[in-house]
Amino acid sequence: MAVIKKKKDKALPAVNTSALPDIVFMLLFFFMVATVMREVDLKVTVNKPQATEIQKLERKSLVTYIYAGAPRVKYQDKFGRSPRVQLNDAFASLDDIQPFVIQEREQKSEEDAAMMTMSIKADKTVKMGLITDIKLQLRKAQALKINYSSNQPKNVEALYSSEN
Amino acid sequence: MARNKRAIPEINAGSMADIAFLLLIFYLVTTTMDTDKGINRKLPPFDEELVEDPPPIKERNIFTVLVNSNDQLLVEDEYLQISELRAKAMEFIDNNGDGSCEYCQGYKITTSSDNPDKAVVSLQNDRGTSYGMYVKVQNELVAAYEDLRERYAQEKFGRSYRSMDEEEDKEILKEIKLAYPQKISEAEPLNIGG
Repeated sequence: MAVIKKKKDKALPAVNTSALPDIVFMLLFFFMVATVMREVDLKVTVNKPQATEIQKLERKSLVTYIYAGAPRVKYQDKFGRSPRVQLNDAFASLDDIQPFVIQEREQKSEEDAAMMTMSIKADKTVKMGLITDIKLQLRKAQALKINYSSNQPKNVEALYSSEN
Repeated sequence: MARNKRAIPEINAGSMADIAFLLLIFYLVTTTMDTDKGINRKLPPFDEELVEDPPPIKERNIFTVLVNSNDQLLVEDEYLQISELRAKAMEFIDNNGDGSCEYCQGYKITTSSDNPDKAVVSLQNDRGTSYGMYVKVQNELVAAYEDLRERYAQEKFGRSYRSMDEEEDKEILKEIKLAYPQKISEAEPLNIGG
């Protein structure tokens, strides 16, 4: 009994938290480096199609995005519901694609410009007519490396069901 | 003088962790880690004038895939489900009709392709085809080639093609890609059921 009492009297030593800021800073720096801020404000709904044979786009600096889809609800009064193209932060017409590509290319260094990839982020319900028109514009602008942005399906069977 | 001798009080760093946490949480919330993924394709260059007479390709070496505006598939004049497309395409590419391909395991049917090098997959869709369907068809066609390459890699090198490193196994990858060159051609879309 006496022994136990003695132990109880001893105050629990405080956990040394002096290294806590260091740990937190380490995490902080990791996230700061890994963070990519959302560059554009999506004005169209993009529900990406699903595919299994997908490749990662390694270097973000080489990628330029073209969005296509129906305008979001808050823009529907102004722009209607039919699918549209979005470049950067604004709705665009097909004629804007070529100048856009050229402008993007100019911002990149010479080696990078040759490796520029156009990522087409389109909603899966968009009709191919629009996509074909985009592709034609890209061909005219000599931007031939493209990527159809898609998601990996959670289960592969879902790929073959008729709903998707 | 007496004042100078007083020790400089230590800065209280107790709230440092709090500030760091605040920043950490901010970055945690704003981070989007998802890397972009998708099917890589190359577009043909644009020519104002039409290309003078493309080299003739024998009918048997063309694998036609048509997609209509209702997202239905017509493959080699046959109505097909998307789930059957991959096997059908593999059969065509791997057919080895002229017997020149040693690693092929096809049935050597005389009405199908001569060898993988000559086999061309021709894809044509309607302007009314949905993009989702188009990507699915593209995916299956690419998958057909990837599966054949995988088989070739397993048999010849005993390794998985998909796990090879782009830098390290450059030569091997080149050989595999040469064994089954990906030839997917896209025709201008139709505009029937817009």
